[in-house]
Amino acid sequence: MTNSIEEIEHTEMILAIGTNTTENHPVIGAKAKRAVRRHGAKLLVIDPREISLTKYADLWLRQKPGTDVAVLNGLMNVIVAEKLYATDYVTERTEGFEALKKVVKKYTPAYVEDITGIPAEDLKKAARLYAGAGRASILYAMGLTQHTTGTDNVKSVANLAMLCGNIGIEGGGVNPLRGQNNVQGACDMGGLPVSLPAYQPVANDEARGRFEKAWGVTLPPRPGLTVVEIMNAAHKGDVRGLYIMGENPMLSDPDLTHVEAALKHLDFLVVQDIFLNETAQLADVVLPSAAFAEKDGTFTNTERRIQRIRKAVDPPGQALADWEIIAGIADRMGYPMSYRDAEEIMAEIAQVTPSYAGITYERIDREGLQWPCPTQDHPGTRFLHKEKFTRGLGLFHAVEYIPPAELPDREYPLILSTGRVLYHYHTGTMTRLAEGPSERCPESLIEIHPQDAKAYGITDGQRVRVTSRRGQVEAKAQVTEKSPAGTIFMNFHFREVAVNLLTNAALDPIGKIPEYKVCAVKVEAA
Amino acid sequence: MSSVPLNIDGRDLIGKPGQTILEVARENGIFIPTLCHLKDTTNVGACRVCVVEVENARSLVASCCMPISSGMVVRTDTPKVRASQRMIVELLWSSGDHNCLTCEQNGVCELQDLVYWLKIDHPRFAIQSPGHPVETTNTMIQRDLNKCVLCGRCIRACNEIQVNEVLDFSMRGSHSKVGPAFDADYIDSECVFCGECVNVCPTGAITFKQARFSGRPWEMKKVRTTCAYCGVGCQIELNVHDGRVIKVTGNREFGQPNQGSLCVKGRFGMDFIHHPSRLTTPLIRKKKGGELTEATWDEALDLVSKKFEALKKQHGPDSIAGLCSARCTNEENYLFQKFMRAVVGTNSVDHCARL
Repeated sequence: MTNSIEEIEHTEMILAIGTNTTENHPVIGAKAKRAVRRHGAKLLVIDPREISLTKYADLWLRQKPGTDVAVLNGLMNVIVAEKLYATDYVTERTEGFEALKKVVKKYTPAYVEDITGIPAEDLKKAARLYAGAGRASILYAMGLTQHTTGTDNVKSVANLAMLCGNIGIEGGGVNPLRGQNNVQGACDMGGLPVSLPAYQPVANDEARGRFEKAWGVTLPPRPGLTVVEIMNAAHKGDVRGLYIMGENPMLSDPDLTHVEAALKHLDFLVVQDIFLNETAQLADVVLPSAAFAEKDGTFTNTERRIQRIRKAVDPPGQALADWEIIAGIADRMGYPMSYRDAEEIMAEIAQVTPSYAGITYERIDREGLQWPCPTQDHPGTRFLHKEKFTRGLGLFHAVEYIPPAELPDREYPLILSTGRVLYHYHTGTMTRLAEGPSERCPESLIEIHPQDAKAYGITDGQRVRVTSRRGQVEAKAQVTEKSPAGTIFMNFHFREVAVNLLTNAALDPIGKIPEYKVCAVKVEAA
Repeated sequence: MSSVPLNIDGRDLIGKPGQTILEVARENGIFIPTLCHLKDTTNVGACRVCVVEVENARSLVASCCMPISSGMVVRTDTPKVRASQRMIVELLWSSGDHNCLTCEQNGVCELQDLVYWLKIDHPRFAIQSPGHPVETTNTMIQRDLNKCVLCGRCIRACNEIQVNEVLDFSMRGSHSKVGPAFDADYIDSECVFCGECVNVCPTGAITFKQARFSGRPWEMKKVRTTCAYCGVGCQIELNVHDGRVIKVTGNREFGQPNQGSLCVKGRFGMDFIHHPSRLTTPLIRKKKGGELTEATWDEALDLVSKKFEALKKQHGPDSIAGLCSARCTNEENYLFQKFMRAVVGTNSVDHCARL
């Protein structure tokens, strides 16, 4: 997030696009709802699904799945045409406006209505609502990013925010809501094939040189492979050994049949986890690790706040903290990693990670600090790009609308969109063991619109089979108007209804994110 | 900003316009008891426990609702105030089933504290419990409305803090009760089990069902940590007894990002920690297609390091890849990518950020 969670409650206007935040980040959802009910903020929801936030919204635009760039360009078309944009901000703080203007020109409300199904008048109202606010915060999540045009979608929300002068101000911003406790931190720490800690590119000689010096080794300069690329390489035999820590690709990755074949094709698979999950069952070596309540360390939340976790109980049996296990392997491979505790690792992180340089356990004992926090006396950063952007001027990236990779056709006439439900989390390894959440949500349901249900002769609660070009699953139908006609929605929490057998591994060319929000399926009674 | 001079209990104080007597008193370390007051929600003045005497006022006033005014003279500790507070607390006590012997909130109950503070041996009225059935129809939250003092904190927590808009008062007079629409049980309502109502209840009316009989409040060690679910990073308290996490509570004093609020996963999703299916020992598959069998750490780590070394030697470092985790700590992710880059020698390290 460019801005802070706290600011959501006190802004004038919230645009929530592609985020079902009340189910995925309920406490942020509560802040958005409080902003509306208690502090009079306006709320604009742009989402194909009738999520619970729509109940609180001033206006809800229901676009066809995968048409977000067209919607956003349409909003900007109206804002430019009606001269509602922040002229001084655009002149002083940005570049590339003329190119943007040229691209959005053709996205008139009528043209956008054809692509997205959003009534032209609603689009105009929405544009005026967003542009009319003094401070507006854009919230988004995987509903925007899990598309082959995910990067374009994000660029488009950034364009919209800059156009109205909403970046670099309190209560504004472009705010991706992170779905996992430490996905921000894992990225910050260099858990990416292209970058070292603090996003320093591995391909950059100077950056790499700093780490070579700090670590006392020569480092490979060529960027590595991403998750989906690793699976493809394993399939081909280019990757032969895989070390997986705390992940379950056998449920979370797209096109599971392909993933399983890839993992089985490996010479050697090591899985380090708290459970013998679907992936660990295929491993050659399984290493038992400690859960979050059994170790010390830090997580970085979605607003870049580095916060402590603390050991409350002992790990079961011989389980060890993940860092202890990694160090044990490194030691044996002739590179000693002799850290006394997690705090000592953080001290090293602070030395090589400029944005974390001011972080110590002592400083974050009572309250976490938000990076960038470059020095010991730096108070942390509530919002980014104040006064100037990281690159100097904010650059508009004008983008054209591109349809999703796989659209419905005669054989597979429906769109499948996947996501989470409130009561479960990701591949369900944790929440499905919880009595309460499982009581509230005991099984996976396929959300289908009454019109489609009628067309395919399906009744509420009936077992149905969903088939895509890649696989099939069966579960009970829930006939509901939550998803629009022509689209079904399923969650990915249940191994017995592994929805990623169906999903398409088509990737965004830059973000390499799979298109979980749109693939073509057919539905029939099982 | 202009300032408002006033006097509370003989002390000359300065307040800000719009502040209530209660707020100014608390800021200055003057204790006024409350039951219904809940910070950052509407002041309702429902319980009348916070009454004070204000010079020239016709009657006692509820300090939580009364805005200060210039020259106001307030007494919090007169016999009249105490008599009124005693009457209220005795009425509350006698109109419910406040049996501290088996109550989970024994020791942290605000009604119990008030009874003690007001030195009440026994209520002067006959104890008449309303006889509501105890709600045990879900596994997460138990409601015993016989212990409810109708303060309405749960209602405001539900409507104004979490904005789930599920709870409200129903019925009238002595039949008043709190709950979801149509007097439904939580499990049959739109309740999303965030547990905010449990956290704010001053008595034992709304409690954590799973935690029942698992440890008294004073036996719990509270460990502050960060929730392991989504990216909000809620600050939570793990309540630990006998080496086990018994329940999860929020603490409004922890401040941002969640100000004490939690969701159903953070509150009730921690059973996995002590689940019998946790891995407790390393496992090795001795030959392809064989079973995973238990091994020592030395055996397992020796095998991993030898295999990685062999692959690296035979097929080069890029024949090995690693997936670190959005679920592990910064320290662990840092070390993992350092291991892949510095020890294995490849940049093929990624995690499920995109999934």
